[in-house]
Amino acid sequence: MSKLLKDLKEAIRLSGLKDGMTISFHHHLRNGDRTAVMVLEAARELGIKDLNVNISSVFDTHASFIDMIKEGVITGIETDYMGGAVGKAISSGIMEKPVIFRTHGGRPGDIIRGASHIDVAFVAAPTSDAEGNCTGKMGKSACGSLGYAFADAMYADKTVVITDNLIEGILDKPSISGEYVDYVVAVEKIGEPSGIVSGTTKITKDPVGLVIADYAAKAIEASGLLKDGFSFQTGAGGASLAAAKYLKDIMMEKNIKGSFGLGGITSYMVDMLECGCFEKLYDVQCFDLGAVESIRTNPNHIEITAEKYASPWLEENMVNDLDVVILGATEIDTNFNVNVHTDSNGCIMGGSGGHSDTAAGAKIAMIVAPLSRARISIVTDEVLCKSTPGSTVDVLVTQCGIAVNPLRPELSERFKEAGLPVVDIHDLAEKAKRLNGVPLKPQRGDKVVAEVLYRDGTLLDRIYNVID
Amino acid sequence: MRRTMLFFPGNSPNMLLNAGYLGSDSLILDLEDAVAITEKDSARILVRNAITGLEYEKEIIVRINPVGTPFWEKDLETIIPVKPHMIMPTKVGTAEDVRIVSAKIAEIEEACGMEAGSTKLIPLIETALGIENAYQIATADSRVCALFLGGEDLTADLRCKRTKEGKEIFYARTRIVMAARAAGIDVYDTPWTDVEDFDGLVKDAEFAKSLGFTGKSSISPRHIPYINKVFSPTEEEIQYAQDVIDCIERAKAEGKGVVSLRGKMIDAPIVARAVQTLEAARQIKGGK
Repeated sequence: MSKLLKDLKEAIRLSGLKDGMTISFHHHLRNGDRTAVMVLEAARELGIKDLNVNISSVFDTHASFIDMIKEGVITGIETDYMGGAVGKAISSGIMEKPVIFRTHGGRPGDIIRGASHIDVAFVAAPTSDAEGNCTGKMGKSACGSLGYAFADAMYADKTVVITDNLIEGILDKPSISGEYVDYVVAVEKIGEPSGIVSGTTKITKDPVGLVIADYAAKAIEASGLLKDGFSFQTGAGGASLAAAKYLKDIMMEKNIKGSFGLGGITSYMVDMLECGCFEKLYDVQCFDLGAVESIRTNPNHIEITAEKYASPWLEENMVNDLDVVILGATEIDTNFNVNVHTDSNGCIMGGSGGHSDTAAGAKIAMIVAPLSRARISIVTDEVLCKSTPGSTVDVLVTQCGIAVNPLRPELSERFKEAGLPVVDIHDLAEKAKRLNGVPLKPQRGDKVVAEVLYRDGTLLDRIYNVID
Repeated sequence: MRRTMLFFPGNSPNMLLNAGYLGSDSLILDLEDAVAITEKDSARILVRNAITGLEYEKEIIVRINPVGTPFWEKDLETIIPVKPHMIMPTKVGTAEDVRIVSAKIAEIEEACGMEAGSTKLIPLIETALGIENAYQIATADSRVCALFLGGEDLTADLRCKRTKEGKEIFYARTRIVMAARAAGIDVYDTPWTDVEDFDGLVKDAEFAKSLGFTGKSSISPRHIPYINKVFSPTEEEIQYAQDVIDCIERAKAEGKGVVSLRGKMIDAPIVARAVQTLEAARQIKGGK
């Protein structure tokens, strides 16, 4: 029997989707994703409600979730990240059940070990054949790696592939094998290319960001880990990218051959691969067109699953082999706990993603952040939400100096020997207070709007509703 | 040690907030050209508060408005009491210009109970008259501890085009270096104004260093690492300086009067330079 169906509604009917079930989506199409909303609108038209949506990230393109929550179509959300548009509505308390936040490693781990069951997975695929063999590397909506979709496709009761590039014959070298796929639906568009990947990611020109990046690269050099076999992950933020650029300069100058770059991959990491700074790139998600092109054409740029990337239940996951990860923060407190879930008003505008996975796995987890942003202190006495435990965060790099977690005294010594400005994190917090004052605590109610699970599934923190 | 001096508009709170962290050895907080006439008073107050409140761990230079404008005296009255390290008088054409500013500062120092002469001067020479009077300006007052070349205004005064090649300011550069060195003080080069041209910046800074400039100013924080590198001793220079000191120490221990290193005699100027190099290396270790 052919898996190819005429439209989404037929796929929903045949999948057996009913009120109260859990459906899943991946976020590789990022802010260009149309699939999740398309599927949910079709379900609404079919009169299905009370759906639990397990989606690896929620972006602003999913703002129509808000109406669907109000209508009762969506009654639960499980995710690793939530952008500001839906985040603000959730923070106001529009949904009865709290959002469940996981990490990029915890999510596939929980799906695979049965702690998070998916009834129907809807997998947006930039290219697929009629059997559901699919890939993100080709097609008008190409997004590169499909790393976050594997566990969904493999462990959901039913899996529906939705594509806007249905090819004839059998797809060579698919990312996800058709053996896991029950139905295939061809649609006109799974996403808006402009929102899927940016043209290029750019290094910051902000002088403060560049100072932070310079310190970060010098600290990595001083740590003793920057030698042949070095492994590295960095985010796509301006200062993180600049740090990668400075690191590349050091590696090229000293002829250091790293083993691998990991994570969400940008053109800068591709450039480091091509310059011989790394032997391989292991890619769970592409951030820009350069990364998509590279994963399609370079055999040393390898797609990995989110489980392989970061699941704490998989012993040989990649984050455990990381030497250094550079991460951002919306807040960090004097115990090195990091908040990446809420803004300074306590409103949801982010999520862990791979933050706490990589922090736990890497030999050095380095946070890069300015002391303050727009007169809001980033270094505080206590974070509004604990996204990543301070025990796993080793170093904070700001423009005012480098604070080292007291759990890592040897790093502090190495940095001092290299002449880097090592400071006490309490002094940074005091300095921030002196410059910015102490803001009033945001008004929060007693309704839990989100639960933040650590990568092993334990409860790390609760986020409460914000009162305007 | 001053390799770099970075300009900051005196009316930009965000830039003043981070001024101390951008890697330059000195900060020039500007009340003159970067500040519109309507902003002069607010900039003055902001710079005063920044100096007192931000605990800059850098040398602070405040660039004031030229003598003859309605602003320079108020600039000094507001800024001197918070004890900047140096004042940069602008459009300085004669020794008298320096003495006028120095006398006003002396009045304020006395009124505030400050040590007389504690505020130093770094006159900005940016006119043809100033270039011709450079030595007189350098020796006009004991407060003067360095000269500073302003290439943009100078070329406007010369009625010629300011080019990247800089031939039009070659005479001014050599003249001001000669005057400063003759007076026994430091001398700083004009900024490189193309913020994206780093290769041009390095060539220009290397040329300035080769002429005898102590360091170079900048209008872009992104230029700072490049200029610092040019004006920092190289590994080879540091090693040579260390070898010179070791050689002298050995000679002293052995009671020798005259010593040579790598076939060249080591005399007092070479030792003095070696000491300067090692001190510079010590100060910049791990810095930018």
